Amino acid sequence: MGLEEYKGVFVFAQQVDNVLDGVAFELLGKGKDLAKDLNTEVTAVLIGSGVKGLADQLAEYGADKVIVVDDPELKDYRTEPYTHALASVINTFKPEIMLVGATAIGRDLGPRVSARVETGLTADCTVLEIGDFPLNPVPGKENEQKHNQLLMTRPAFGGNTIATIACPDNRPQMATVRPGVMQKIEPNKGAKANVEEYNPGFTPNNKYVEILNIVKAVKNTENIMEAKILVSGGRGVGSAENFKILQDLADVLGATVSCSRAVVENGWKPVDVQVGQTGKTVRPNVYFAIGISGAIQHVAGMEESDIIIAINKDEDAPIFDVADYGIVGDLNKIVPALTTALKAELG
Amino acid sequence: MKIVVCVKQVPDTKGGVKFNPDGTLNRAAMLTIMNPDDKAGLEAALRLKEQYGAEVTVVTMGLPKADEVLREAMAMGADKGVLVTDRVLGGADTWATSTTIAGAIRNLEYDLIITGRQAIDGDTAQVGPQISEHLDIPVISYAQDIKIDGDYVIVQRQYEDRYHELKAKMPCLITALSELNEPRYMTPGGIFDAYDKEVTVWGRADLKDVDDSNIGLNGSPTKIAKASDKVRKGAGEKIVAQDAEEGVSYIMGKLKEKHVI
Repeated sequence: MGLEEYKGVFVFAQQVDNVLDGVAFELLGKGKDLAKDLNTEVTAVLIGSGVKGLADQLAEYGADKVIVVDDPELKDYRTEPYTHALASVINTFKPEIMLVGATAIGRDLGPRVSARVETGLTADCTVLEIGDFPLNPVPGKENEQKHNQLLMTRPAFGGNTIATIACPDNRPQMATVRPGVMQKIEPNKGAKANVEEYNPGFTPNNKYVEILNIVKAVKNTENIMEAKILVSGGRGVGSAENFKILQDLADVLGATVSCSRAVVENGWKPVDVQVGQTGKTVRPNVYFAIGISGAIQHVAGMEESDIIIAINKDEDAPIFDVADYGIVGDLNKIVPALTTALKAELG
Repeated sequence: MKIVVCVKQVPDTKGGVKFNPDGTLNRAAMLTIMNPDDKAGLEAALRLKEQYGAEVTVVTMGLPKADEVLREAMAMGADKGVLVTDRVLGGADTWATSTTIAGAIRNLEYDLIITGRQAIDGDTAQVGPQISEHLDIPVISYAQDIKIDGDYVIVQRQYEDRYHELKAKMPCLITALSELNEPRYMTPGGIFDAYDKEVTVWGRADLKDVDDSNIGLNGSPTKIAKASDKVRKGAGEKIVAQDAEEGVSYIMGKLKEKHVI
């Protein structure tokens, strides 16, 4: 394939129930930076049914252009019609970069699309930049070094190692990007998108699955990724009931309660408030880690927090290795007393 | 019904991470395990076998040592094992891994393929969906419940805030979450039998409809530019609170110092 034919930074603008996901705006923010370095444009790819009205919102967050694939087959996410839509957009418009949010949708759609358009895909990236590959020219082969490549950095090995990956010989260069990591821009109110409608045609085949039922979880109104302060509990909290003392602390601070994977596995809290490798990545101003031992998978999801305060009875708990302030002690005594002290302080 | 389960042998990162004195990962000192999501996939297959009757074949790609996970799977109740191993397959990214495994599976009969959602070493969650694309069959990722209804499979597919109940015609590929179930233990009799059962070993030549340009390091579109062990932020302060009061006044002091309150 002629790699030079591929131009522009494309972003999959994920929507569910005709509401754009926050990660779409984050990808546009990042996409804008990359496009600037490449002297090109950012295009949002909006896929769904009756979603055209969302295009201007994408423009406000930085999209120069919006390609809309609108079809009744795309009403609710299903792998095949969405793969067909995005792969067709890629084959028709030939972007050099294609970014997808590493959500439960994106981590299904991304690999399927990459396999269909026969390119590489780097999962769950936390840093994206434009640079050279190889990073340093190989002596005697200086002219083989490629410039203006997408360098995709991601944690692996449960967050223990970090790798920077390139896709030098295939296009587009595709990445899924971890939600909550990239910065969205301040919306430019009133911006209008240059909208192009595109429909590759949808004919159901053996790969179209049938949705029998959609069961929404009892809506947790608090989004832990948006919270400024998180009061997070682990196995050490001991029971679902005992999370009340964390909730009381959160209430006085205007904070949100989150948890570790062990808590979800014990059924004490729902998965949507889980922090960590298999949960959400958070970076609040203050993160209270209460009764959380600090397994590497948990730390990977919260270590970017501005201030980490850990309370744990085990002096050797690994959480203290990342905490700014560690208190070795009994959470059952300290947490309620802290709530009382804060009430007195804050009135 | 014939079920193929893909499993991977991975270093145990959970709680057992070991470092060398220079701060790099000491992989040799770490135990290897069957990847947890894959084990849940295997357990799901074994339950379908008990409920509906099925032949369960486990497939792995790796070093010859990966025979161990196949034996473990057979000790849990899998019927057959296939080890795909060859020097030329090494260094594969998810694309090259998925083309290789798809090439192996083309030699097998299957109604259902189950993989784990993701492996704990790479955390990509890409190989399952990519295998399904190469085999041109539907994929249902993130399965939290699996049932069979005639020629169809009915799966609860998890999303962040909901699940979809999906119906797909078999053959179909499903990626399993470790939350799906609690995998069974190997039985002593099972372990005994596992070493009597035969593991089929396939190399490059046994892969069906796979081009050389799609395997191993050279067949991988993604290339590593740089890899390093993550530099973590160092530990901050730590106090041992003799009583709640001491702990509370310490925290209150810090919250004020940082203008949180």
